[in-house]
Amino acid sequence: MITILQSQLLPPPPIKLRHSSLLFSPSQHSRPNLKFTSKSSPSPPTITMASIKVHGVPMSTATMRVLAALYEKDLEFELIPVDMRAGAHKQEPFLSLNPFGQIPALQDGDLTLFESRAITEYIADEYSEKGEKLMCPGCNKVKALTKVWLNVEGQQFDPIASKIAFERIFKGMFGMTTDPAAVQELEGKLVRVLDIYEARLSKSEFLACDCFTLADLHHLPVIHYLMGTDSKALFESRPKVCEWVKKITARPAWAKVVDLQKQ
Amino acid sequence: MAGIKVFGHAASISTRRVLLTLHEKNLDFELVHVDLKDGEHKTESFLSHNPFGKVPAFEDGDLKLFESRAITQYIAPRYEGQGTNLLQPDSKNLAQYAIMAMGMQVEAHQFDPLASKLAWEHVFKLIYGLTTDQAVVAEEEAKLAKVLDVYEARLKEFKYLAGDTFTLTDLHHIPAVQYLLETPTKKLFTERPHVNKWVAEITKRPASQKILQ
Repeated sequence: MITILQSQLLPPPPIKLRHSSLLFSPSQHSRPNLKFTSKSSPSPPTITMASIKVHGVPMSTATMRVLAALYEKDLEFELIPVDMRAGAHKQEPFLSLNPFGQIPALQDGDLTLFESRAITEYIADEYSEKGEKLMCPGCNKVKALTKVWLNVEGQQFDPIASKIAFERIFKGMFGMTTDPAAVQELEGKLVRVLDIYEARLSKSEFLACDCFTLADLHHLPVIHYLMGTDSKALFESRPKVCEWVKKITARPAWAKVVDLQKQ
Repeated sequence: MAGIKVFGHAASISTRRVLLTLHEKNLDFELVHVDLKDGEHKTESFLSHNPFGKVPAFEDGDLKLFESRAITQYIAPRYEGQGTNLLQPDSKNLAQYAIMAMGMQVEAHQFDPLASKLAWEHVFKLIYGLTTDQAVVAEEEAKLAKVLDVYEARLKEFKYLAGDTFTLTDLHHIPAVQYLLETPTKKLFTERPHVNKWVAEITKRPASQKILQ
């Protein structure tokens, strides 16, 4: 339900791309062979090329998840808006990118992916040497713990938190009214999850380990929305959770994602 | 010797996901029964294994995990080279891995919520003396049909969901599929020829048979 309604979001505002857009298209079957220039290098003007394309909109939590990972990795990409209001995501050509008709989809050279959490994992692995680390380096044990908390976000946190965001924020955009009983019930479930987070964050700086990982990043979009509502109290009243929220939302890469919404 | 322990219930869909993986890998393990009917999963003792109070929980030596899909994704690479390969044929190929990961997300977010609800309505509710809500069944089946249409198209192109070999992506579906095959929802699988063939393949595997015993 959430994904259906998220997919009926207002049409994207005209997006001025923050990152360099294509000046010419790479062949579908080869990786671009032009070098990226460092942003701080002086003239002469150079051609940069984005081999990474994200099809989505900055308001969508799932799109934001992917954008956050790309910014953390300092990767060039092109954001191609999808006209949700016109139902573009439920038709070709978008369905060829994601047959489930949901944003975002990502293209990197001739690889096409959907499902935001698979996309971020790919970005973290493929570009592991670039930008910020999004997986804790280490042995199978550390990786395994990261997978635990990645699954916690996807299976325990998001189903509840997304619904609250839907009730408090997205419903209003479609001329529907928040159901206070539903909010209360959902918040009752969320606090039990956040109590577990509080205990976890008393033992660990971030969810999976002592470094920021995808397990933390995946929470950012929905937390961002909830912190703009009365539900923020649930996070603020738990000291370790509150501190963690402050830390992860203060990351420069996240600020860039939020910035995109303002354009 | 600590070895591998699974704390769960032999009939639980998520516990079975882990048991399947262990059987596919021919790994020895101990299944420590958690009495769900009695609420054992909400006791302090179990919560120390999984603070979310859900089965399964898992130990391998001093590594403690929960969330079935995290556990299977630990077992598959950790015991690579043993038993069935549950990863892509080239486990180092990141694009191939991503395709498998994408399929695992689809199972978790598109398939399982619907399949679990239907299994609850048709099967588990009855165990608890409750009655099936046919309106819910109809609604969930309509959504599942749309998901399975996508699967049908996919399985026309590839033998399995992530390519031409059996991987975790397929495995994660098996426990819910097995339950649904015993219910009227079975028709959603049988009326789609490629899905039907895939279902037959994955459920006839020896490991898939073992978890039914």
